Amino acid sequence: MKLMKLQRTMARAVMQPLTRAERMQRKSPAGGSMSKYASRFIKPNDRLTSFERLEIYNRQYWFRVLSCMVEDFPGLRAVLGERRFEEMSKAYLVDNPSRSFTLRNLGSRLEAWLRKHPKWAGVKQKLALDIVRLEWADIEAFDGKAEPALSKEDLNDGAGPNLRLHLQPYVRLLALRYPVDDLLLEVRESDEDKDVASNAFQERRKRKRVQAVAKLKPADIYLVVHRVDFSVYFRRIEREEFAILSALREGKHLGKAIDLAFRKSAIPPEKRAEKVQEWFQNWAALGWFMKAEEKS
Amino acid sequence: MPANRFNGFTDYGIGIGLRAPHYHHILSRKPVVDWFEIISENFMIDGGRPLHILDQILEQYKVVQHGVSMYFGSAEKLNREHLRRLKDLVKRTGTPWLSDHLCWGSVDGRYTHDLLPMPYTFEAAKITGQKVREVQDFLEIPVAVENVSSYAEYHVSEMTEWEFLNEVVERADCGILLDVNNIYVSSQNHNFDPFAYVNSVPAERVAQIHIAGHSRYRKYILDTHDHPVIDPVWKLYERAIQRVGHTATLLEWDDSIPTFQEVHDEALKANRFLKDTVLAKAV
Repeated sequence: MKLMKLQRTMARAVMQPLTRAERMQRKSPAGGSMSKYASRFIKPNDRLTSFERLEIYNRQYWFRVLSCMVEDFPGLRAVLGERRFEEMSKAYLVDNPSRSFTLRNLGSRLEAWLRKHPKWAGVKQKLALDIVRLEWADIEAFDGKAEPALSKEDLNDGAGPNLRLHLQPYVRLLALRYPVDDLLLEVRESDEDKDVASNAFQERRKRKRVQAVAKLKPADIYLVVHRVDFSVYFRRIEREEFAILSALREGKHLGKAIDLAFRKSAIPPEKRAEKVQEWFQNWAALGWFMKAEEKS
Repeated sequence: MPANRFNGFTDYGIGIGLRAPHYHHILSRKPVVDWFEIISENFMIDGGRPLHILDQILEQYKVVQHGVSMYFGSAEKLNREHLRRLKDLVKRTGTPWLSDHLCWGSVDGRYTHDLLPMPYTFEAAKITGQKVREVQDFLEIPVAVENVSSYAEYHVSEMTEWEFLNEVVERADCGILLDVNNIYVSSQNHNFDPFAYVNSVPAERVAQIHIAGHSRYRKYILDTHDHPVIDPVWKLYERAIQRVGHTATLLEWDDSIPTFQEVHDEALKANRFLKDTVLAKAV
């Protein structure tokens, strides 16, 4: 068997989902017996059959990728429940095996996939999509690139209507239908107590999570996922702030961004200039902007 | 072999893997450690805390990069994005050499994120040797390939694992990261004499040695890096040191990680054998 063929044959078996009992399936990816499939390329030894040797890799693969999903999406796990989350993760990973050298990117296609497969979240679909978007934004904000930040003084010097401001690559903007920032913080807080987890404590934690999800009511929020001193934070902002930042990220001029933001705004016209100034001061202080360029 | 062209003519002593649970201790207490090994992929990112931590470590310590997903043995082409990011990191760390595993783990662009065993064939040795060469040429630093622990063997194999290792490193003209724990684990899983392996490795190519602990199950051993090093592995290490001389040694501890001091103390046990070597050479 040539190298490529052998590797394709083995990878198909290794990446085939496990049974409910977390064992290798008896049926091979080709449809026949897995024992025969394994024995075609793997030698048995005096203690293990070809099937059993292949199974070690099959189990390791799934334990690894599933634990990565648990680590990256604790909020979605709380929304769906542990069992359903695991089943969903398996289905997602069958459709979207890792295509990156790093497990960091394993969940990069989860939002799009979940959108196409609403059965997993059912009536909680909108909530599930919101929490996935937040959890993925959190990953991207954690290790995204940071350019030298624009200072408040830079803004004062050249802040004309044709100014183009660029947001830091690590800053993520989210318009959400549920206050999932609160939920995720609550889930994480309960996870931090892992070390003192007795069985009774685990049960209490699980109940707390279920309650947190159940009590979550829809509410439009606008969120910036950003970093301060290398830690990721969630900052809620006003709708108009979100509109300005989104327009700037799309490359619009400052003047155009502000115009767009205040269309249909409830903020009285006489208060807008003051608001904009306050927002820009906050954004600059948080280091959200990188280079600015004046264009005629 | 205190220094050779495969470890950039360095003379590193005993290091440990840089792991997140120890960051605070290392940065606040600044313990004396010969060097740290980092997992390259953990730092092949655009920014944020991991790189900030790494930069602080680099101010105080020597760092060597160790990769887990280059997959020299995969039949498909090298991932250019991976290489580009790796080279950026090499520039950042100034690692005198770099290691990754003699294994495969991806096919048709899909990654298993595992260190899957090679079939020991001449075809595989040729492909693997060529890819190691490409990586060395691109990165412009010496590359050492590490023998992995394995739980399966293939019908198509035409040679032993150590013959395959020798075949690859000769073709690639690269170094070896000799993992004596992996040799022990595989010897138990595949019924071979681990000393035959250690004795057949080209000593002049050994750039670095790994030691680690593992977990024994009823029918096989798993390379879990979650225990102290056992005596039979220390014996293999002793033999390796007798053959290759005073060589950069690193303890891997990746799961159920104890305190920094416990990990470092375990690593420093290697001094028993390294000191003997130095004394023997002095005589």
